[in-house]
Amino acid sequence: MKTILTEQQLGITIQRLAHQLLENHVNLENTVLIGMQPRGIYFSNRIVKEIGKLLTPDKIFYGKLDITFYRDDIRKGLHTANQTDIPFSIENKNVILIDDVLYTGRTIRAALDALIDFGRPAKVELCILIDRRFSRQLPIQPDYTGKSIDSIITQKVKVLWKENDGDEEVILL
Amino acid sequence: MQLSSKHLLGIRDLLSSDIQTILDTATQFKEVLQRPIKKVPTLRDVTIVNLFYESSTRTRISFELAEKRLSADTINFTASGSSVSKGETLLDTVNNILSMKVDMVVMRHSASGAPHFLAKHIPAAIVNAGDGINEHPTQALLDAFSIREKLGKLEGKKVAIIGDIMHSRVALSNIYLLKKMGAEITVAGPPTLIPTYIKEAFDIRVEYNLRRALEWCDVANVLRIQLERQNQVLFSSLREYSLAYGVNKKILDSLSKEIVIMHPGPINRGVELDSDAADSKQSIILQQVENGVAVRMAVLYLLAGGKSEQN
Repeated sequence: MKTILTEQQLGITIQRLAHQLLENHVNLENTVLIGMQPRGIYFSNRIVKEIGKLLTPDKIFYGKLDITFYRDDIRKGLHTANQTDIPFSIENKNVILIDDVLYTGRTIRAALDALIDFGRPAKVELCILIDRRFSRQLPIQPDYTGKSIDSIITQKVKVLWKENDGDEEVILL
Repeated sequence: MQLSSKHLLGIRDLLSSDIQTILDTATQFKEVLQRPIKKVPTLRDVTIVNLFYESSTRTRISFELAEKRLSADTINFTASGSSVSKGETLLDTVNNILSMKVDMVVMRHSASGAPHFLAKHIPAAIVNAGDGINEHPTQALLDAFSIREKLGKLEGKKVAIIGDIMHSRVALSNIYLLKKMGAEITVAGPPTLIPTYIKEAFDIRVEYNLRRALEWCDVANVLRIQLERQNQVLFSSLREYSLAYGVNKKILDSLSKEIVIMHPGPINRGVELDSDAADSKQSIILQQVENGVAVRMAVLYLLAGGKSEQN
């Protein structure tokens, strides 16, 4: 087991990503944030909390997306569906997808399919906490990255959050 | 996540955890149905045949919509106008359809046990859409979903099932389901329409007086008189039945609390349920129909998935 980010580093990384998002999308003008169910939500909640320190709540449009029904492996096994909650239109908006770990890219592929069913966004960007580069199975890359790591297929990245796991850190198993 | 059974033949065979999984999954599908594009690609490449040997409006449309919203390919079959009238057996018909690579069968039949018979002989997953006087599992599931949506939970809720208990597959499926989920049940109706040993068989309450049943319950599920299944006279006239067991606004207003009115449809207005009660704000009859699509999507999804692992 190896620690990739300690609790303190994690906090700083989230702050940086929140600022980067605001740097590219001043005041989140015409921009919405969408966290990926289930584990990406802890990360997106933090990002939104950070942005909330700099912007008033009426400027922040934050939704949650579950991609269970868009998976390409339903014949291999079923997954528990989680809540999707996008209470605003994404038509012609800049959409920032937020997830904790980017690995094969298949989840994001499904998320892009799902997003299109809610409208036609002007642009979609991807914000990732941990990018497991060199393990992609699809041509998908993040626009905002917390930390890039090199890992082999047998290793596992675990992102732990205080509210769910007690501890708060990112580890490589 | 996977259901404990490969088929949905009846609520009788389900575990309470299966029911919970179906209802929870249906909640997510209900959200899908509120989206601008009410369709997901989940069952692309799954082919479903709807075999209807008995007439149906709601169930059939509801299943077909559920299948289309899941992007499955569908074939519709009705007994009338098919080779059934030329003497082909049920098994032959189904085997011929399955040889065209069909993955699932949704089936309604007037003979109780027809889907169970089929399940023993064919490899495809079967969803019972009503068999004779036995079960109508998806109706009970959507009833439960609607009660849960309206009242928050099923456990401890008091449900009165009123009318033709003897010939109703909706009643039987509802009894199995509500028992498994910890609700309390009273069946009410004329003694000739209530099976003699139902009280002992299911450990439920039996009530012959409509007012007492309504006073007791939180939810009244009013059933149709199944005249097509009755081959003897069980009550003197529909008018008399309506006077003794018809639910109307007057009796609802005279109760000490506001109860929820449900009906699986089709309604015989003026017989078991009057228009003023059926169309009142206490009634969730149209919500039941709406929820039916989400519940059936959940059932089809849960039965279609994970197949290659099993085979």
